[in-house]
Amino acid sequence: MATTHKARPLFDPPILRRAVIDAFTKLDPRRQLRNPVMFTVFVGSILTTGLGIDALITPGAESAAFILGVSAWLWFTVLFANFAEAMAEGRGKAQADTLRATRRDVQAKKLSKPEYNATRSLVSASTLRKDDVVLVEAGDMIPSDGEVVEGVASVDESAITGESAPVIRESGGDRSSVTGGTRVLSDWIVVRVSANPGETFLDRMIGLVEGAKRQKTPNEIALDILLAAMTIIFLIVCATLLPFSKYSVAAAGQGSPITVTVLVALLVCLIPTTIGGLLSAIGIAGMDRMIQANVIAMSGRAVEAAGDVDVLLLDKTGTITMGNRQAVEFIPADGVDLPHLADSAQLASLADETPEGRSVVVLAKDRYGLRGRNVHDLGATFIPFTAQTRLSGVDFDGRKIRKGAAQSVEQFVIGNGGSFSSDVHRHVDGIARQGGTPLVVADGARALGVINLKDIVKGGIKERFIELRQMGIKTVMITGDNPQTAAAIAAEAGVDDFLAEATPEAKLKMIRDYQAGGRLVAMTGDGTNDSPALAQADVAVAMNSGTQAAKEAGNMVDLDSNPTKLIEIVEIGKQLLMTRGALTTFSLANDVAKYFAIIPAAFATTYPVLNKLNVMGLATPSSAILSAVIFNALIIVALIPLALRGVPYRAVGAARLLRDNLLIYGVGGLVVPFFGIKLIDVLLVTLRIV
Amino acid sequence: MTSNAWMQLILYFAVLGLLAKPLGWYMARVYLGQPCCGMERVFGWLERSIYRVANIDERHEMGWRQYAVAVLLFNAVGFFAVYALLRLQGMLPLNPQQFAACTPDLAFNTAASFATNTNWQSYAGETTLSYLSQMLGLTVQNFVSAASGMAVLVALIRGLTRRTTATIGNFWFDLVRSTLYILLPLSIVVALLLVSQGVIQNFRPYATVNVLQPTVASDGTKGETQTLALGPAASQIAIKQLGTNGGGFFNVNSAHPFENPTPISNFVELLSILLIAAALCYTFGVMVGDTRQGWALLAAMYVIIVPLTVFTAWQEQNGVPAYTALSVDQTAHVDQPGGNMEGKETRFGIVNSALWASATTAASNGSVNAMHDSFTPLGGLVPMWLIQLGEIVFGGVGSGLYGMLMFVIVAVFIAGLMVGRTPEYLGKKIEAYEMKMASLVILIPPLVVLVGTAIAVIGPGLDYAAGNEIKSNLNNPGAHGFSEVLYAFSSAGNNNGSAFAGLTTNEPFNNLALGLAMLAARYWLMIPTLAIAGSLARKKFTPPSAGTLPTHRPLFVAMVVGTILLVGALTFVPALALGPIVEHLQMIAAS
Repeated sequence: MATTHKARPLFDPPILRRAVIDAFTKLDPRRQLRNPVMFTVFVGSILTTGLGIDALITPGAESAAFILGVSAWLWFTVLFANFAEAMAEGRGKAQADTLRATRRDVQAKKLSKPEYNATRSLVSASTLRKDDVVLVEAGDMIPSDGEVVEGVASVDESAITGESAPVIRESGGDRSSVTGGTRVLSDWIVVRVSANPGETFLDRMIGLVEGAKRQKTPNEIALDILLAAMTIIFLIVCATLLPFSKYSVAAAGQGSPITVTVLVALLVCLIPTTIGGLLSAIGIAGMDRMIQANVIAMSGRAVEAAGDVDVLLLDKTGTITMGNRQAVEFIPADGVDLPHLADSAQLASLADETPEGRSVVVLAKDRYGLRGRNVHDLGATFIPFTAQTRLSGVDFDGRKIRKGAAQSVEQFVIGNGGSFSSDVHRHVDGIARQGGTPLVVADGARALGVINLKDIVKGGIKERFIELRQMGIKTVMITGDNPQTAAAIAAEAGVDDFLAEATPEAKLKMIRDYQAGGRLVAMTGDGTNDSPALAQADVAVAMNSGTQAAKEAGNMVDLDSNPTKLIEIVEIGKQLLMTRGALTTFSLANDVAKYFAIIPAAFATTYPVLNKLNVMGLATPSSAILSAVIFNALIIVALIPLALRGVPYRAVGAARLLRDNLLIYGVGGLVVPFFGIKLIDVLLVTLRIV
Repeated sequence: MTSNAWMQLILYFAVLGLLAKPLGWYMARVYLGQPCCGMERVFGWLERSIYRVANIDERHEMGWRQYAVAVLLFNAVGFFAVYALLRLQGMLPLNPQQFAACTPDLAFNTAASFATNTNWQSYAGETTLSYLSQMLGLTVQNFVSAASGMAVLVALIRGLTRRTTATIGNFWFDLVRSTLYILLPLSIVVALLLVSQGVIQNFRPYATVNVLQPTVASDGTKGETQTLALGPAASQIAIKQLGTNGGGFFNVNSAHPFENPTPISNFVELLSILLIAAALCYTFGVMVGDTRQGWALLAAMYVIIVPLTVFTAWQEQNGVPAYTALSVDQTAHVDQPGGNMEGKETRFGIVNSALWASATTAASNGSVNAMHDSFTPLGGLVPMWLIQLGEIVFGGVGSGLYGMLMFVIVAVFIAGLMVGRTPEYLGKKIEAYEMKMASLVILIPPLVVLVGTAIAVIGPGLDYAAGNEIKSNLNNPGAHGFSEVLYAFSSAGNNNGSAFAGLTTNEPFNNLALGLAMLAARYWLMIPTLAIAGSLARKKFTPPSAGTLPTHRPLFVAMVVGTILLVGALTFVPALALGPIVEHLQMIAAS
């Protein structure tokens, strides 16, 4: 699929510049209040700044340089978190700008009634309301989302989809929907507008990628609660440390109580700032990854739900199999030699431009070395397929070569005074049993043999299904075929289950049954008759090429109209959750090292023996505290790429995934800060900052 | 440590593990309303007549709110009954020593203590309470407070197993069956075993006996006689151990020779502390239809308690460096247990004292057979930390496992995110509401413990440290004094009930503060727990798939253990650093 989209580099200079500015504008307390963890740091920064200024004016026991040093790094912590969020948003904004460029205000040819010949008036596209009718002709921009009610045209949708090849849009059927901002290349169409200004697909898309209407997703809210609870616990831990410290000073008879600066530093180090600072960036980046995959999710909730999907309903045609059946085998009747059958089959198909017909020619060439011939050069007469005869073929050299469904060909043969031998019947039945479609080739009164037309399962799809099974996702193939054919293809493709002779009602019922069993169902669809099922499914991906009704019913739109995209969508959903989980674990595990840095330092004057806990051998109490705070701030920056890219997902089953992530982010989270804090301490001492 | 020490440790944990399955299986039958091995032929009539007399329809299903109201009201009645009994004890029968009424603050503290299954004892049993108060007040509460905890656990399990329903069972059914079919029969067996070992059971007035070796007081007066406190001890001790109550009949609790005379009585009592809590893990497994889930929780508990017990025993056996400097022989050999024997009974020695200390604090039992205050700093840190973990490693009967399940929910949540799915436990999705309630459960005990300790040390404690000893309740200066206060509030704020002692608590401030801490820790946690039960019961069941995080494998056990230890450590490390850790470092530095 030729797509002009390419992955945006992680640190795009213009985005970077804008993010730096945004990091400061996000210091607005109202925005900070939305995130309890970072708001705590924000308050701590203000508090220590005040203390620092106070110490400058009236010097106390604690040096102003130390207080202001801590304060500066607390501000950096807040700014780094803002920066992470701004980076994630920036990528979306850049995308939105590209989209917005296509939403220029255009002149629309409004029609008085939905007919090509109706009276037209020129109006601005922004004045168009739902149910207005417009005419769009070659070269015109389609002014708003709508449904084609008359005409057929080729449309360039690259502005939305990145797909450069034009697509056909016509009234009726499943290709009737058009999107505002796309351009008609040839012919004309009459469009009934389906969205009011500001509510078009393009508007919604811009809103989504900008993150303007971003609501917290259910899992994000639950995690927020946990993080807030941890913040409160650490707030209590630090607040009660002051009386504990006062008591200890009195009991030991030496030293001075812990200062507010150190308490704030300890608090900020302990509360989960790493995940707290990156949480919203992770969410925005998840949406962004969907957009990079050319999928527009209508809500963050849908992205998250994608990670939970247990059942995937996949249409057979186009998803599991190639769009068309192909000839794979010639089976001659008794007494007919194979090359003769191949030759006749090829002749019968030479002028047949259907994909099936072409595949017969290809098979004859590949397998029997029969080069393609031109019907006219041969002087043959092409007999096209008609609804009456249900046969096609050629009259050539006095021969009447025909191919078609067994029943039709049998009639033809009988009509020419011949009859089907029993072996032809046997071959026909055998092919049908294996899920193929038999085409019989006859020459006048004689049946020559059978062509086996088969659904071709797409390369690599079986492996994807194995992967999905390892992820714990069940795949169900939906097809209009009879159960026999469906079973054969299902076995070949390796899906777990199939729904044969599927009707929209049967599909809907199947989804409801799975949901009643506690499963989350994902499906793709494009036709209007898919809409009820799409509306019922938990994750419903509508094809952009599909009807307006389908797009309304789904909660995602795939701009590439590629049904296999579901698999990618599931992975993105999982990545989103994994990134949150991994960084939460990392953040909490970090605290152990910070205790070893700060506790001995904080009570160095009261209980010098506690210096035994200074396992990192940090130089001085103030260098220890400063190092911990600096590490805490820098780790946010260091993890921005991970937050934006997401923790990689591999289909290895939950248990292994947990083990690997626990080793990397849990054990890693325990160990890394010991080295990080020590390194910063050494640097501080070498640079003579402390 | 000696090979004998290892043998005793292994024997204890092995027997405990072996008994978990049969008892757990039996308890599951009790709660599922199935035949209980003929026990209903003995107590069935009593169960039915209780329902009839109290006009209870035991088949009536309750929603979580109704269930919570029933628990709270029932506990409130118990609380006021004990309070009244203690205030009126002087006028009531079965009071051979003519003890007067308790003060209001002591009565409040004691009523709160026994209603909440804490059994913190601000009083000394043999010098304060009549036999009637002990039996009708305290022993009854020992049964029903334990049964209340078990009932709430069963309600939570029902929440996990039921699908799309609003109800979580009937509190009265759970309460009555817990008491009649589980606690009562077990108590009778244990009481008889204890009596066989010489634990007393009588209603006689205290006896005065001549001592073999007269004592001489500092003012020169000779002590020729001694008063021996008596009473119905065995019956109360059995349930105090089984129901993780821990309130001793005598002040020194199970260090008293009439409460715990022999190594065998010691083993029986020790086993009783963790028996039901361990078996409930298996009951949980049976009730959720997958015993592996129960074993996983029991494994998590073992993984925490066994190393900590060994560590305590090792610390105590190591003894004190100051003695080593004085060339005192602290090694264990045939003639002496060696190590730090201060505050320990010679008939129990180092290992059984250490084992008891960790078992009684791991469970929210709180009975003691040695004085934790006299343990080495790190040996004493372990019991304190086990309490601070939230009384969930075994914990109180019922309450321990439901507390554990809250940590499991948090662990499942983080682990679930890490495998890329909305977290689910036993097929139930863990969402914002469950996180809110589980967070409350995890948040409240540290809040109570740390804030309580802070108020105590800047009030009376700071006065003491400043030299104003008159106002002080602390009997030890310095870091150890801090440890004592921290221990007291940890114990009350987690419904344990054991004491570091060394802290005078029978005075209005401590009685009131600790009483409130106990009430908050018990009921503030029960309500969110029941709320989760209700919310889970309403949810659909998600069948497991390869993408579901398995919650019975060693990896998940490690995850749960890690969550518990990390939260416990992160919350209490600064406080512990200023108490036992400083003490330890000072002790080493001094030698």
